Amino acid sequence: MATKESEEELTLTQVEKRQDKITTRPFIATLILCIGMVSLVFCLGASISLGAVDIDFNTVWEWLFYFNPELTAHQIIQEIRMPRALAAGLVGAFLAVSGAIMQGVTKNPLASPSIMGISAGSAFMIAIAFAFFPGTSYFGLMVWSFVGAGMAACIVFMVGAFSKGGLSPVKLALAGTAVTAFLGSISSGIAIYFNVAQDISFWYAGGVAGTQWISVQLMIPIAIIGLLLALILARSITVLNLGDDVAKGLGQRTAVVRVLSTIVVLLLTGAAVSVAGTVGFIGLIIPHLTRFLVGVDYRWIIPCSAILGALLLVLADIGARMINPPFETPIGTITAMIGVPFFLYFARREGRGL
Amino acid sequence: MELARKTRKKSLITLGILVVLIFISFLISLNIGFSRIAPIDVIKTLVGAGTEKNALVLFDFRLPRIVIAILIGAGLAVSGAILQGVAQNDLADPGILGINSGAGLAVVIFIFFFQGSTTTLGVLSIFIMPLAALAGGLIAAFLIYTLAWKNGVTPVRLILVGIGVNAAFGAALIIFQLKMDPSDFMQTTIWLSGSIWGSNWNFVLAVLPWILILIPYTIYKASYLNVLNLGDEVATGLGAAVEKERRILLFLAVALAGSCVAVGGGISFLGLVAPHLARRLVGPRYQIMLPTTALMGALLLLVADTIGRNILSTSEIAVGIVVSTLGAPYFIYLLMKTN
Repeated sequence: MATKESEEELTLTQVEKRQDKITTRPFIATLILCIGMVSLVFCLGASISLGAVDIDFNTVWEWLFYFNPELTAHQIIQEIRMPRALAAGLVGAFLAVSGAIMQGVTKNPLASPSIMGISAGSAFMIAIAFAFFPGTSYFGLMVWSFVGAGMAACIVFMVGAFSKGGLSPVKLALAGTAVTAFLGSISSGIAIYFNVAQDISFWYAGGVAGTQWISVQLMIPIAIIGLLLALILARSITVLNLGDDVAKGLGQRTAVVRVLSTIVVLLLTGAAVSVAGTVGFIGLIIPHLTRFLVGVDYRWIIPCSAILGALLLVLADIGARMINPPFETPIGTITAMIGVPFFLYFARREGRGL
Repeated sequence: MELARKTRKKSLITLGILVVLIFISFLISLNIGFSRIAPIDVIKTLVGAGTEKNALVLFDFRLPRIVIAILIGAGLAVSGAILQGVAQNDLADPGILGINSGAGLAVVIFIFFFQGSTTTLGVLSIFIMPLAALAGGLIAAFLIYTLAWKNGVTPVRLILVGIGVNAAFGAALIIFQLKMDPSDFMQTTIWLSGSIWGSNWNFVLAVLPWILILIPYTIYKASYLNVLNLGDEVATGLGAAVEKERRILLFLAVALAGSCVAVGGGISFLGLVAPHLARRLVGPRYQIMLPTTALMGALLLLVADTIGRNILSTSEIAVGIVVSTLGAPYFIYLLMKTN
């Protein structure tokens, strides 16, 4: 009798869990979008006003509507703070959306740009550009970065395709670690040999300090194309996340969705790394957090991830300036400090989540 | 019995071949470098009849470095073999598990606080450094072990937690590194990517006792590794205090990795590759596998260091970079093969 009861209980909780899994919470999602937008604007303002020279909100306001190139404060905002704040927001959004797409398409909870070695591939190509083509333009660096991201992604996918029993989450993490170590060691060899180690290291550690308008200008079309494409794909990714069979049964051309998703991921990750270096863990944490909050529908997950990713990175960038002034703490270390405990929690849950 | 004798003979031959190969690499390594010294001059100098310049190059620069390469190659390889046995996972390696970065962080902090500049390292601190590295490695191992503990430690959890801990130490390392002045920064960058940086006899003396004590002790403990390989239940049934032996072995692995990292920096993948190759050559019995692993590691690191010193004639490539460049693809190959 007792066992029967507990069995019933079990099935009940299972049903609840399953219901929980297919829930979407449009209301919470809308709330996140609205509050997120407002907070983002506020944080961007804070990011502009805080720093080596504190600038009050009044001046920021004046700069926005009555720009006066004679004033030093306005110049600082115009040339340093503004592009930096925008770049942080865009990079955060790009990485978070990349991670969300990757996790959705591969159904692998550990998939994310930095863990899969895609960031390392991008960084590797940038190191080559630094060493061999010192005068490369921003646009050129971005192209190199895309090529590197694509290369690393190819390696990891190929390892997955050719390995026995496919790419389990653990294997993926290990393959990513190995690819990262491989490309990273060649990068540092190049860096040491060509004596550009400190330049590359600081850049590699990740940061948006010293971002110029040109980077932001180049990121905007990518943001429009990439994020729009991600939103268009969102519905298909939700379906794909239910499994290939289901997706095919519903008449989806899964190969097309995968190829397009990969292109979006490469665009977004490549651009993010070319501007900020490797900023780890954002692409891992934010999609999980978002899924936890809004449910499984990628039409909500993708925009919410974008907002939350942007918010987190803008905050981390403010932290990078405040922790140890007047020095900059590399932003990648801050995201790692936030991300590692999360990753560990995840590793301990292995068996359920993984 | 016949079969056992055959395997034994084969193993002894393998060991002999490895020793010969190490000796050949040793001679080649002495021979080439920034200034080439003809083999005949090398021999002359070794027996004390060479020019003063050759003697200086050989005895003060090349020889200690070669000896260090052999020592830490053996140490890291054995450390990897122990970890693979303890974790019962063929993909374990002190570098991947984050023990190297823990030891590395401790050394960098040590340099940062107590030295100011790495160029003024005193003789005493050379001997303290392995201890600092050991402490760092132990802290890392302890963290990984406790964080992975949840009604026991599964290999998968151990490795995932190791990757996470590795990332955390990596981030902390960057923070310290960026606070250093450029010359220290360069020094630690080279060192962290795995470089035999201190090539003088003091460094040899600093690691030699560790290697000389720990590797034979590990070989003495080999039977426990064999038993652990049978699984916890069988091991307990055979009368082994599983958890206690596991901890002792883990300590040995960390101590070996720590003392090697103190002198050779973060050399990854050697602890992975060497035991694999050894197992292929002589089979899984640890009594014979451990010595083979040690020799294999020594050979690999010596060759890698010689390549690193000479591949680009004007500048050195850190040995760790050579090892990872060759080791990572092998790792990926193993990853693809294992289920």
